Amino acid sequence: MADLSVSAASPAGQSQTGKIALRWSLYTLLCLFALFYLLPLFVMITTSLKSLDEIRTGDLISLPREVTFDAWRTAWSGACTGIQCEGVRPYFWNSVLIAIPGVAISTLLGAMNGYVVAQWRFRGANIIFSLMLFGCFIPFQVVLLPMARVLGMMGIAGTIPGLIFVHVIYGLGFTTLFFRNYYVSIPADLTKAAKVDGAGFFRIFWSIFLPLSLPIIVVTVIWQFTQIWNDFLFGVSFSQAGTQPVTVALNNIVNSTTGVKEYNVDMAAAIIAALPTLLVYVVAGKYFVRGLTAGSVKG
Amino acid sequence: MANILKIEHLFKNYGSVEILKDINVEIEQGDFLVLVGPSGCGKSTLLNCIAGLEPITGGSLHIGGQDMTAVSPKDRDIAMVFQSYALYPTMTVAKNITFGMKVRGVDQATQDKKLAHVAQQLQIENLLKRKPGQLSGGQRQRVAMGRALVRDPKLFLFDEPLSNLDAKLRVEMRTEIKQLHQRLGASMVYVTHDQIEAMTLATKIVVMKGGVIQQIGTPAEIYNRPANLFVADFMGSPAMNLIPAKARANGSGTDIQIAQDRGDPIVLTDTKNRDLPEDVILGVRPEDIGDAAMRSGAHMQEAECLIDIVEPAGADTYAVMQLGGKHVTARLHSETNAAPGNAQRLAFDLGKVSYFAPDTGLRLN
Ligand SMILES: Nc1ncnc2c1ncn2[C@@H]1O[C@H](COP(=O)(O)OP(=O)(O)OP(=O)(O)O)[C@@H](O)[C@H]1O
Ligand SMILES: [Mg+2]
Repeated sequence: MADLSVSAASPAGQSQTGKIALRWSLYTLLCLFALFYLLPLFVMITTSLKSLDEIRTGDLISLPREVTFDAWRTAWSGACTGIQCEGVRPYFWNSVLIAIPGVAISTLLGAMNGYVVAQWRFRGANIIFSLMLFGCFIPFQVVLLPMARVLGMMGIAGTIPGLIFVHVIYGLGFTTLFFRNYYVSIPADLTKAAKVDGAGFFRIFWSIFLPLSLPIIVVTVIWQFTQIWNDFLFGVSFSQAGTQPVTVALNNIVNSTTGVKEYNVDMAAAIIAALPTLLVYVVAGKYFVRGLTAGSVKG
Repeated sequence: MANILKIEHLFKNYGSVEILKDINVEIEQGDFLVLVGPSGCGKSTLLNCIAGLEPITGGSLHIGGQDMTAVSPKDRDIAMVFQSYALYPTMTVAKNITFGMKVRGVDQATQDKKLAHVAQQLQIENLLKRKPGQLSGGQRQRVAMGRALVRDPKLFLFDEPLSNLDAKLRVEMRTEIKQLHQRLGASMVYVTHDQIEAMTLATKIVVMKGGVIQQIGTPAEIYNRPANLFVADFMGSPAMNLIPAKARANGSGTDIQIAQDRGDPIVLTDTKNRDLPEDVILGVRPEDIGDAAMRSGAHMQEAECLIDIVEPAGADTYAVMQLGGKHVTARLHSETNAAPGNAQRLAFDLGKVSYFAPDTGLRLN
């Protein structure tokens, strides 16, 4: 944008109107794209606020004639996910209980791993890092069976700690990668200076590296939260009746209704399930972009 | 008093690459040892070995009489200033300076007292609440010094602390470091690749090249009696003239014959040095060649030389000529009447020259 306006302003012949026209066409184009992308969300929200009658008779993209929150109420606490009819609420809390420790543990361990791999170059550090990277690219499906066995042997199959464990293990490759790439750009002299000052391994991590890491922590938290919250495959494979996450519940609500499909309830439940990730992006998105582009730290 | 630092037969390899070869250095309490050498010769590596940040491959290293081979950096009683300063970016200047004491569990009152003292000494009291990012290069340098000074260690290590500063500030800080050394009477090891910094600061200079020590000596020794061609060329600015010459014994001394591109060879008679091989390289500093009319002395030898270029440089004027196939620089008085293309009668101070063997590069006299 800045480039455009500068280059448009510089030649004396270019008129003011030409510049304005350019800008308007640009904005129009951008708005069209935005509309296109927002359309599904629009349909979801309007549908969730309509009554079933209205959905059946009305237009898909029309605004609700009569706004009703009944569908939301049902989705939250009344919709049936099979034989139980408690809505998504209990599953939503399951997801929270899985996601928060999962994100926290995998981020902390990733930070520690990245710090070791980037700043304490022990023999074989590169090999270990390559192996962890490789772990990022193993498809979910491949680890399902071995993971099920491991969980069984550990006695945490079908439990929430079991799911946390799975997500931490699977996320570790990514979180290590993020932190490692961030920490390699930090000059090794910083670690050396701290060593001469008398600080040890953990002290250096805690007092010097962690305080530097806010941007990359935000990136990692967003990434991990999105991954864990939106996960369906691990959730459906490694959970049992009381421990299913919200994504699994959503699937059950949509698929298990018999008779009339309650589109408004489905939509409301889907929005509820997506809300936390949306919220995380809105709150921390600014840091996300900043963290992805942030690199070297000037001493 | 035992040596503060004693390094014997130290070797350092990275993998199969030998970086440091048979290093032997000793310094005593109050010494200011400067390690100087071209980029990549292993100066920082040696400093890191002394600090314990890199393990040594062979030999021994003693600080204050104690074997340090297995001692970690924090227990070596050293402080180090890094080339990049390595200030902790998220801590204020005050926290940067007191971090070491905090880690070591020094009580708050002592910390405050020492911080105040060092801040006053380096005149950084007004910066204490800032973060390193908000400081200029010179101020960062001071903070890095402060972090070292506050520790009051047995040995200070400096890795090119002035190389990031502009020329003027560098000269100022050089003087300040020298004053600091004199006031504290502390022992220091200082790395630089700037030979002027080495000459002005050191009580003892170590010249290194390719991981091998070329010469150890006082600045005067290094300057006046370089041990080999490398040291002769490296130390001094403009560099020492190194002129291929023929030596021939003659009764009282030695005749040194130097070919001129145009004109007859010049012959100088050295009455001090004898028994030189026939082929030598004559090393003579620019300031030891002067206008014949203005110089006199026991070992002065005069010759007509064809001047090619005259470069006035304020206090001095440099005259460049071709001798023995090399450019030779003479440092003349600014009021010299030397002119390009003319012959000038110059006096060579043979009392101060060095001779080197062309094949080995070693000093002969
Ligand atoms: N970690 C390392 N692994 C392998 N080689 C290294 C390592 N660190 C340094 N070297 C090599 O050791 C040699 C000496 O490096 P060093 O940093 O000590 O040079 P220096 O004299 O301090 O140079 P400068 O004046 O540029 O700082 C160089 O050839 C360098 O490539
Ligand atoms: Mg160096």
